[in-house]
Amino acid sequence: MTHFRTDLRQRAVELVSLYPRKRSAMLPLLHLAQEQDGYVTDEAMAEIAELTGTTPAEVRGTAAFYDMFHLEPVGKYVVGVCTNIACLLAGGEDLLAHASSTLGCAVGGTSPDGLFTLEETECLADCNIAPVVQVNHRYVRTTTPELFDALVDDLRNGRLDHDVPPHGTLIRIRRSGGLRVDPEELAGERAEARAAREARVATEAK
Amino acid sequence: MAFLDSPKIVSSRAKFADSHTLARYLETGGYEGLRKALTMFPEQVAAEVDAASLLGRGGAGFPAGRKWSMLRKSPVSYLVVNGDESEPATFKDHYLVERDPHQLVEGVIIAAYALQVTQAFIYLRGEFALGLERVQQAINEAYEHGALGRKIFGSSFSLDLVVHPGAGAYICGEETALIEALEGKRGFPRIKPPFFPAVTGLYGEPTVVNNVETMSNMPWIVLNGGAAFAALGGGRSTGTRLFALSGRVRNPGVFEIEMVKNTFRDLIYDPQLGGGVIDDRAIKAIIPGGVSAPWFGPELLDLPLGQDEVAEKGSMLGSGSIVVMDETTCVVRATWRIIKFFSRESCGQCTPCREGSGWLERIMYRLEHGGGRIEDVDLLLDLCDNIAPGLTWPPQQTTICVLGPSMPSSINAAISMFRDDFYAHVQHGGCPHD
Ligand SMILES: Cc1cc2nc3c(=O)[nH]c(=O)nc-3n(C[C@H](O)[C@H](O)[C@H](O)COP(=O)(O)O)c2cc1C
Ligand code: SF4
Ligand code: FES
Repeated sequence: MTHFRTDLRQRAVELVSLYPRKRSAMLPLLHLAQEQDGYVTDEAMAEIAELTGTTPAEVRGTAAFYDMFHLEPVGKYVVGVCTNIACLLAGGEDLLAHASSTLGCAVGGTSPDGLFTLEETECLADCNIAPVVQVNHRYVRTTTPELFDALVDDLRNGRLDHDVPPHGTLIRIRRSGGLRVDPEELAGERAEARAAREARVATEAK
Repeated sequence: MAFLDSPKIVSSRAKFADSHTLARYLETGGYEGLRKALTMFPEQVAAEVDAASLLGRGGAGFPAGRKWSMLRKSPVSYLVVNGDESEPATFKDHYLVERDPHQLVEGVIIAAYALQVTQAFIYLRGEFALGLERVQQAINEAYEHGALGRKIFGSSFSLDLVVHPGAGAYICGEETALIEALEGKRGFPRIKPPFFPAVTGLYGEPTVVNNVETMSNMPWIVLNGGAAFAALGGGRSTGTRLFALSGRVRNPGVFEIEMVKNTFRDLIYDPQLGGGVIDDRAIKAIIPGGVSAPWFGPELLDLPLGQDEVAEKGSMLGSGSIVVMDETTCVVRATWRIIKFFSRESCGQCTPCREGSGWLERIMYRLEHGGGRIEDVDLLLDLCDNIAPGLTWPPQQTTICVLGPSMPSSINAAISMFRDDFYAHVQHGGCPHD
């Protein structure tokens, strides 16, 4: 039995195969784990360690470095409000305070019904529609208290489930093509191409 | 008046609602640049990019062609595209990955061909969920279309392209930290030398790292020639560039305009661009190129938007993001927020950066929120001087990467331009704007 669901285990194996070295799949696999469980569980870390040829401690140490990975349970919807410079100039702090009172939780906390976790974020690179709000890393273009309350209402009633899928950013993308060539063969081809090129450069030099 | 007649090199398709689809891309000349490139020798493609003298669009402004010319000496193994875009108020790569992902993919394939690599990566910040979907979709379509994979368009060139999601860490925009993240580790910048990516990059092999916008220029450069690109702009700043304008302007957004031909004033005030300051207020200061850049006062608004022009006045065009602060803006609060960002995003490897950012943030916090002292103002400068000795521009480096030494820029600028605002905070016991 693996901790990843059968379909996600398949995805995980695919992700590992995309990279020249297994460990490079670390961040994608952590996203995948978060997608399944909402946060990165100990069981997931053990399995990611096995998939990437590392130890669970290395997985934890890596995951802890990145803001997007949660090592503790969070709400179904993680709401991020940006207060960095452009959003600050557009009232981002006020919107964050409003969000905190609407959701009934402190910044960094989870609402009593367990549905929402509120975060103050750094710049989300959408500063022309400031202040910027993301839910599960989808831009929701919600810039006023009124729009924010409407958003929360829509989320509670499941009206945005299509636009705002669960945690994780890889849920809707899957690689469908690829070289999928034996690395040895590619290395051979690359060496040939390189030799041909060097020969050409040498002739050019003459 | 702003000069707006130049061609749209990277934003021509954005006006279409379906600009991200393969159908629209092919209808509007998509993959023609790649087809042309494949009929040329890789060195010729590189020579066109060199002739364009395209300056890297990621922040440092190093000429892409010159970076690539190192490949003559040591063949490159990997091409890595930097789409981490986390510099506050920078949002032009976001625009490119969502609106025109095929243009980015085509640019990457052309660059990979010029560099003769068979494996490339696009690193996108994890918060770009839609961008990740669109770029992956574009890559999937490119494989089906024969533009990626084995024997591209029937040529002898093969390339595999992988999208790699980041996970929320500004420092991963720094190229060596990005490589660490791509190797599945914490994003700790590496010491240069020896870890210059071109020498010891991904998996210890020579690696070229270029920005998303840099790559997105490739199809046009190959189709129209490097000389046509170099004919635009002025001095070392050739071509057009995407500027991300935000803050207290009526019409914030991403605008592609010719380099040097326009000034900060044009960008901020032209009705087709920024449209002026909200409520027609006076400008207090602008941040000309990301929060690492020293600020400019309104007296420099007529400076042309060119890399050297801005550098001569002691700042940088950096990532092409311009933030407008008007007379209602509290510069102490703005500075505090910028420092809070650096303190949160410092990776913690170097003492001046890790400890310095925390101290600065705590002092700025008490100035803004009450409890500040008159001597705090000079204490801030003294601390800044420890992090970046002499407070020069560009800053002296005391740390592994330039994140630490660029953090004093905003404090130093704010204090030298608005020292009285800091004193007013002390006298008022907090922010007079609250
Ligand atoms: C702290 C820090 C953050 C950076 N963030 C980015 C970024 O988000 N995107 C980017 O393209 N370059 C960023 N850079 C610059 C990169 O290190 C590198 O110079 C750039 O990606 C090279 O691409 P270019 O030559 O095409 O500009 C950053 C540099 C530093 C020091
Ligand atoms: S300067 Fe700061 S961010 Fe850069 S390596 Fe040192 S501690 Fe990390
Ligand atoms: S400053 Fe808030 S999204 Fe950029």
